[in-house]
Amino acid sequence: MAVTTEAELEELATKASWYDKLKVFMRQQPLGAIGGGIVLLMVLMALFADFLAPYDPELNAFEFMLVAPSWEFILGTDQFGRDLLSRIVYGARTALFVGFTSAFIGSFIGLVLGVGSAYFGGKIDLIFQRVMDIFMAFPLIIMALAVVAIFGTGIQNVIIAITIPFIPRCARVVRSTALSIREIPYIDAARALGYSHIRIILRHMVPNVMAPFLIMITAFVGQAILLEASLSYLGLGVQEPTPAWGLMLQGGAEEYAESAPWVAVWPGVAISLAVFGFNLFGDAIRDVLDPRLRSQ
Amino acid sequence: MAKLLEVEDLQTQFFTSAGVVKAVDGITYDVEEGETVAVVGESGCGKSVSALSILRLIPDPPGRVVGGHIKFMGQDLATLSDEDMRTVRGRQIAMVFQEPMTSLNPVLTIGLQITETLQQHLNLNKEEANARAVELLGKVGISDPDRRLKQYPHHLSGGMRQRVMIALALSCNPKLIIADEPTTALDVTIQAQILELMKDLTRELDVALIVITHNLGVVARYADRVNVMYAGRIIESGTAEDVYHYPRHPYTLALLRSVPRMDQPRKAKLDPVQGQPPDLTKLDKGCAFRPRCNFAIDKCTSNGPVLETIEKGHTVACWQHEKLLNALETA
Repeated sequence: MAVTTEAELEELATKASWYDKLKVFMRQQPLGAIGGGIVLLMVLMALFADFLAPYDPELNAFEFMLVAPSWEFILGTDQFGRDLLSRIVYGARTALFVGFTSAFIGSFIGLVLGVGSAYFGGKIDLIFQRVMDIFMAFPLIIMALAVVAIFGTGIQNVIIAITIPFIPRCARVVRSTALSIREIPYIDAARALGYSHIRIILRHMVPNVMAPFLIMITAFVGQAILLEASLSYLGLGVQEPTPAWGLMLQGGAEEYAESAPWVAVWPGVAISLAVFGFNLFGDAIRDVLDPRLRSQ
Repeated sequence: MAKLLEVEDLQTQFFTSAGVVKAVDGITYDVEEGETVAVVGESGCGKSVSALSILRLIPDPPGRVVGGHIKFMGQDLATLSDEDMRTVRGRQIAMVFQEPMTSLNPVLTIGLQITETLQQHLNLNKEEANARAVELLGKVGISDPDRRLKQYPHHLSGGMRQRVMIALALSCNPKLIIADEPTTALDVTIQAQILELMKDLTRELDVALIVITHNLGVVARYADRVNVMYAGRIIESGTAEDVYHYPRHPYTLALLRSVPRMDQPRKAKLDPVQGQPPDLTKLDKGCAFRPRCNFAIDKCTSNGPVLETIEKGHTVACWQHEKLLNALETA
């Protein structure tokens, strides 16, 4: 078909379906596609845990304690006779719930604060960034430990504990991008058109910092999963008998490392795969969203 | 005609580590309804700062309007609350910026950017705003406006984007449009089109226009009145006719001589203004132009000239304006 007008060209460009785009993504970012596949698998596991898990993850069955992987218990059982596959499937639910909630809340608050700080500039920016510096001075896990120590354990408190250290990290990255956007004339133009500060921040600046923001969210989800597992492992996160990967690791790691290694191996594999998947996926998204890398 | 905008002794300063920059140092001028006023001068003479001061868009810190009054339709803009000021911006006074390539938000569609203004200021609903946006784009000469509404700024050329900016400025029927070097970033053929368009539309809709420019051709052709600025002050003001044909300030004269003219022999050498503009942190009480002036006398060092009216509607701040006139006549 001979393309004659601009309108037709445009139609051609928009015609590419999401399926075609997906194919292109898979070809250009094979690792990212693998990461995306792992993420998708986890999400499906979490959503359909009720159908996928062969047994009740919290059911103690003392006649089946520490059974090695077999056809009956594909990944084996733990010291209470609970089916590991079921616990891993349900554990994905806990991991993703904590991971997504804390990554989204933390980065959204960070987004608004970071863009706001860059937009208003001056003293507000200065004071704000110093407060962020204080928060940033604590390593992620120490900060989370401190929060749990104050609020206590439990899934909500774990989410709070993971969310808080994410806020300054997100705000910092977003601010640096927003600072350069602040200087582009369309922000002055928006002010000259009489828009309010809130409107300019949310409508005109936030969409422009979306690229680094989205990449950060994927990285945060991975980190949050790891952090949740660490906290649970330390006994400060999710409590028994809730199925959570870090908790499973804690129960099995020391005692049964030699006699029943599957108790610790599977949750470890699950944690690593999840973090690996999110990181690969995030890297691929960064490459796709960054126009400088896109053409190469 | 009624006075639309009265700028009186406006002073805007920037407080930097290198000292206080007197970017605008006591300028006074009026704009009448439907009138086109040009503000000319070289880079850094305070043209843009004076315009931004009117809209209260000077970044603070480091800048601040430290003195003077700006009255718009009889109301002092400095006394308005931030909320009220926002209803003036875009609704009563609109602005067209220099860089059409970066004055539109790249992630929002053209339609969204225009309708947003309409919804904000005129409380139109979505359909009304869309209809009005199509009408506006048609008015500024953009073909196929329906389709353009769905496009992003990168789909448009520089000239088209500047047309969109003009449509945006006109969208809420403002009384005054401030155009800050609206054609500087465009190529010459497009410059003429954009200027014609602005001239026609402001005439048609009876909108007053302040054009900030360093292009004297623009002044001659489109402005009713001209303010020539140097080092933060207005040094000559008059009708375009007066200033262009009978300049009375050495700086205006030097500016006019520094551009090529079609009515002079082609080989005639251009005569640039010698020297550099003064450091705005180190102004003394003498005339700021004297180091570069061919007519300077001792009095210029001790005493800065003030604006005086030399004939109706023509004011100049120079001790030597009569000598300049004689020199011109004998030349």
